[in-house]
Amino acid sequence: MIKFKSGMRYIFLSIVSFLSVFPLLWMVMAATNKSIDVSRGRLLPGTELVTNFKNLLASQNVMGAMINSFKYAIVLTILSLFICSLAGYGFEIYHDKGKDFVMSIILLAMMVPFAATMIPLFQMFSKAKLLNSTAGFILPTISVPFLIMLFRQSARSFPHDIIEAARIEGLNEFQIFYKMFFPTMRSTYAAAMTITFMNAWNSYLWPKVIMTDEKSMTMPMLVANLTEGYVTDYGMLMVGVLLCTIPTIIVFFLLQKSFAEGITGAVK
Amino acid sequence: MMLKEKQNLTGWGFLAPATLMIAVMSFYPMFRALILSFKTGIGTGMTWSGLYNYTRMFQDGVFMQALKNNFIYLIIQVPIMLILALVLATMLNDRSLKCKGLFRTAIFLPCATSLVSYAIIFRSLFAVDGFFNTFLVKAGILETGYNFLGNPTSARIVIILALIWRWTGYNMVFYLSGLQNIEYSVYEAAKIDGASPFTIFWKITAPLLKPTILLTAIISTNGTLQLFDESVNLTNGGPANSTITMSHYIYNMSFKYVPNFGYAAAMSFLILILVAVLAFVQMKVGDKRD
Repeated sequence: MIKFKSGMRYIFLSIVSFLSVFPLLWMVMAATNKSIDVSRGRLLPGTELVTNFKNLLASQNVMGAMINSFKYAIVLTILSLFICSLAGYGFEIYHDKGKDFVMSIILLAMMVPFAATMIPLFQMFSKAKLLNSTAGFILPTISVPFLIMLFRQSARSFPHDIIEAARIEGLNEFQIFYKMFFPTMRSTYAAAMTITFMNAWNSYLWPKVIMTDEKSMTMPMLVANLTEGYVTDYGMLMVGVLLCTIPTIIVFFLLQKSFAEGITGAVK
Repeated sequence: MMLKEKQNLTGWGFLAPATLMIAVMSFYPMFRALILSFKTGIGTGMTWSGLYNYTRMFQDGVFMQALKNNFIYLIIQVPIMLILALVLATMLNDRSLKCKGLFRTAIFLPCATSLVSYAIIFRSLFAVDGFFNTFLVKAGILETGYNFLGNPTSARIVIILALIWRWTGYNMVFYLSGLQNIEYSVYEAAKIDGASPFTIFWKITAPLLKPTILLTAIISTNGTLQLFDESVNLTNGGPANSTITMSHYIYNMSFKYVPNFGYAAAMSFLILILVAVLAFVQMKVGDKRD
């Protein structure tokens, strides 16, 4: 343990904490002020929140983008959790040489950068008429090596006695998975859910590639569009940023613990 | 053993959907990209061009700049961020520290913002009429607003600062969970033996955290080589492509300019090779120190 002089470490940590929170605090303040006041460096809450919000609604299809983002993120989270937990469970509970080999190949996929698959995926999806669709959004990231690894890891701590007992009770293999494994692994599911939802909500490159129609636009795309043009209305822009951030902040505070577990879980 | 065979088959059934999706959505497109990278032309009129795309990119000034930018971000930002994260994690792991939860939440909070959002926040903070300039002018440090994003060096610094802001807490969480696996009594014993804090750090913490440090280094390298959102939304690659990243240029080459999928695929394959080589090197280096 580095033993910083006791006072020094509090000062250091306070400065780092302040710098971490400041940009977000500034964003919230800016959302409540007139653009001109934001430029003047005003840091206090203003009274323009509603006006900024109305301006945003008038210039962009916020409701549409919000609904899209929620729809894509929720559908992806549910399907991805199902497919990946089923696989992680399968890899661990029924493991043999063949399956371990497949798992090591799957882990290799973690190394494949998205840029390297983006163009062929775009070609495949436009041929299959999946542009501007929920299916188009979710399919490339529905099966995630990291999540499979996370569930495989958690299946390792799942007692084999339960499985044997359930088999004697006459439950089939799939019933054991969803009646036994699923309820016991709630915390792993919560962690996986947080990670997947955040990633889905925040994804930008892929939606930018396949959501060619304005009606299919996501929140991050909408916010990015707000900065186009010569004059930036900071108040309105920051309302957009705020709206785009609220869902992930809520998820973050509700599930902070499992979020931390989720991103580190696979390491243990 | 009929039952055993049946269970084995069920096992394959369980992992089939996920495995199939990875094959179709990752490996197959990767293979397609490789083939595409040896072709040139548009749409259905693509013809084989051998290694032309690969030789072309090394003569392409913008791509070379993008490659350089990615490495500048990688070499400067990743070490600073990881060391800072390590220092913060070590401080927060100290049992005598008060308000631990508060500090941890604050430092981790940037992770909850979307990449597009934070890029735009930083862009606004560092704009000519942004908060940072107003502050510097009011404090009498600057006469008028400085165009941070209009100068190559300062624009890169802003991107690096933004990246450090967004990702330090994320890496810190990895280290914190790694530190929790180290018996606290080890530290106390070392202290009693009179080891200095830095000795303790280098002799106990760093070696025990090595797998975690290796993992975060690989994740960060991988992420930095694929930077996109920040380049697009913070600086839009500018001024004059001085901050553009490889992924941003590949995107432009595929979807913004006249599409040249063959060339873009070749560039994307270079990223793949770089990611693989660097991960391999890091793993080798990580092993050696044992």
